[in-house]
Amino acid sequence: MMRGPRLYIAGLVAAMVIGMIIAACAGAAPTPVGSEEVAAPAPQQETKSTLDIVRERDKLICVGNANLPGFGFLDEQGNFSGFDVDFCRAVAAAIFGDPDKVEIRPTTAKERFTVLQSGEGDVLFRNTTWTMSRDTDLGLNFGPTTFYDGQGIMVRKDSGIQTLEDLNGASICVQTGTTTELNLADQMAARGIPYEPVVFETADEVTTAYEEGRCDAWTTDKSGLVSRQTVLKNPADHVILDVTLSKEPLGPAVRHGDDQWFDLVNWVVYATFLAEEHGITSENVDTFMDSKDPNIRKLLGLEGEFCAKVGLENDCFYNVIKMVGNYEEIYNRNLGPDTIFNLPRGLNSLYTDGGLLYAPPIR
Amino acid sequence: MHESFVAAQARPPFWRDERVLRVLSQVLVLAVVFGLLYFFYSNMMRQLRETLGIPISFEFLRQTAGFDIGESLIEYSRADTYGRAFLVGLLNTLQVAVLGIVFATLLGIIIGVMRLSTNFLVGLVAAIYVEAFRNIPLLVLLIFWAQAVFLKLPRMKEAIIWPGPTYISNRGIATPWPVPAEGWPAYRLALVAGLILALVVAYLLREQGKRTGRMPLVTLWFLVTWIGAGVVGWFAVDLTVGTPLTLDRPVLEGFNTQGGRVFSQQFMALLSGLVIYTAAFIAEVVRAGIQSVSKGQREAAYSLGLTPFQTLRLVVFPQALRVIVPPLTSQYLNLTKNSSLAIAIGYPDLFAVAGNTILNQTGRAIEVFILVMAIYLFFSLTTSLFMNIYNRRIRLVER
Repeated sequence: MMRGPRLYIAGLVAAMVIGMIIAACAGAAPTPVGSEEVAAPAPQQETKSTLDIVRERDKLICVGNANLPGFGFLDEQGNFSGFDVDFCRAVAAAIFGDPDKVEIRPTTAKERFTVLQSGEGDVLFRNTTWTMSRDTDLGLNFGPTTFYDGQGIMVRKDSGIQTLEDLNGASICVQTGTTTELNLADQMAARGIPYEPVVFETADEVTTAYEEGRCDAWTTDKSGLVSRQTVLKNPADHVILDVTLSKEPLGPAVRHGDDQWFDLVNWVVYATFLAEEHGITSENVDTFMDSKDPNIRKLLGLEGEFCAKVGLENDCFYNVIKMVGNYEEIYNRNLGPDTIFNLPRGLNSLYTDGGLLYAPPIR
Repeated sequence: MHESFVAAQARPPFWRDERVLRVLSQVLVLAVVFGLLYFFYSNMMRQLRETLGIPISFEFLRQTAGFDIGESLIEYSRADTYGRAFLVGLLNTLQVAVLGIVFATLLGIIIGVMRLSTNFLVGLVAAIYVEAFRNIPLLVLLIFWAQAVFLKLPRMKEAIIWPGPTYISNRGIATPWPVPAEGWPAYRLALVAGLILALVVAYLLREQGKRTGRMPLVTLWFLVTWIGAGVVGWFAVDLTVGTPLTLDRPVLEGFNTQGGRVFSQQFMALLSGLVIYTAAFIAEVVRAGIQSVSKGQREAAYSLGLTPFQTLRLVVFPQALRVIVPPLTSQYLNLTKNSSLAIAIGYPDLFAVAGNTILNQTGRAIEVFILVMAIYLFFSLTTSLFMNIYNRRIRLVER
């Protein structure tokens, strides 16, 4: 009579043991036989670099935004366009010599880091603020800032609100998972202003609630306010307060653990700064091919082997400039005077024009 | 010699022995399942440790949260920890789940009984209610309530003001709320004493009922005694120590009302959506329960001279409960879990605070989700436990 249960328990134990062994074999496959402790440094050489993966796939996957006109926006034709999208295309141009070999993976604010961390995307270009905890805790590396932003607040014109102090006791709509949620809390606490935060998951929900009068104000990066104002029912009824709540350096991010890939993304961004500095645009770049200036010759790959240092062909920066343009062109195309946003360059000018864009030299 | 030969013949090789195969197949399936689980686990841990350099840790719960939460049942500010923010979300979930269960049960019973009404119109209304709300996805219902009903209420400046004053606007409902005053500690004692008295009265009545065979309305007398004690206690305390509770009235100041109790637009929308949706299911459960009691039972009760109300209370309902309680439990569990849809309309419940904001600020996806899942599991198992205990008490005792 005891045979049944005993056999059953024996079977259960056997199953667990076999399972563990199979898994251990599968798990340990890339490392030489063995214990978990020894494994740490070894697998680095065996895992493929991000650049290899991108080349094999024959396209770059960018973690992006689909809802922020001017930065990352999916239009009626199903095309992505915007400032962040152009930088993504610049990276593809550097790698493949073809800016169209790009897939934008649209994400919400809260998904974006997980999507990047898990390797679903290769690089993050999604109006993302560089902060210390994101740089460290999230296992990410932030590249050069492409857009210096600051948090602002939008209110209805007829509300008479002019300063943060006027918002005493007000309801303020904010999007979750953003640094704006934290900045708002910090600034209001610093000034001792009580308020009611109303938190939504997407920018659309935030603006709906604001337009319905659920909130007296709503807050996000100033560029975002300008961008979203264009899609409100009556843009003229709203005004952006002349206060800046925070520093919001927006830029690209990549995963920890692949320094070459990190360098590649950094130098593609720097190349757009340098091209503007030297007055090289997508239209006149070919006239610089016989330039005597060593700085320009290095940028265009006519002298030295700089692109090879990040694993690319020598004309990588030439392709970026030719196919996507320099920083000024990217800016003006998406946010400049000819667009509905008409955002002044401000801090996003070259250092020579009193801005913050400053690229290290190529040498 | 001959017998052992037969035995050897009769035993097939082990790979064709059904008894062995039966066990072996289970061993194999289990091995695959455990193997996969272990593989996923070790893969995740290796990725976290070696590639990203962020091993599993719950240390972040002690760090400063840094964000504000719109509504909270406990004191909370941005300077508190992530752990406390978790607690705020948890209590908000609990608040909406408990109130939701109470209201959904009441509404569900009413609709369920209405559906069985012999009045054609009443039955039709109940049937339409059930069919309509049971067949709309909850998320749609919630967004409807939030955006098409509560957001369309007048703005704060044109708020509807009921006497009290109660302000009704698209920010929510601000209503006067009692707050403890100097007499509260004394009054609390009076309430406890009243409860004990009421329990004693209920016990004595029940004993009397058993002796005489005429069961009085025990619950009614219990409530009457307790409330009576509460009222007497109120005046006693008010005269001797001071008033136990004062009313905190909302006042319109600037953009919002100050004071009183505010049931925010998001909370009201979530509660309405959950109650209306779940009540449709509960109504069906109640109807099924009542219909499961055979007609003969009712006729027997009438022929013994019981009134229709007595029949319902003493004969039909006790038997219907046996059928009602198990599916009712799963409706309660559904309501609690469905409350996580709060994220769609901006109510800061557990999932919105933890799975959204905390997850984002800390990037600790795995830790946060482990905690969130464990908490929902705990809620559900606790609800099940109590409902199962109740179910055991009311089930048919067969002798």
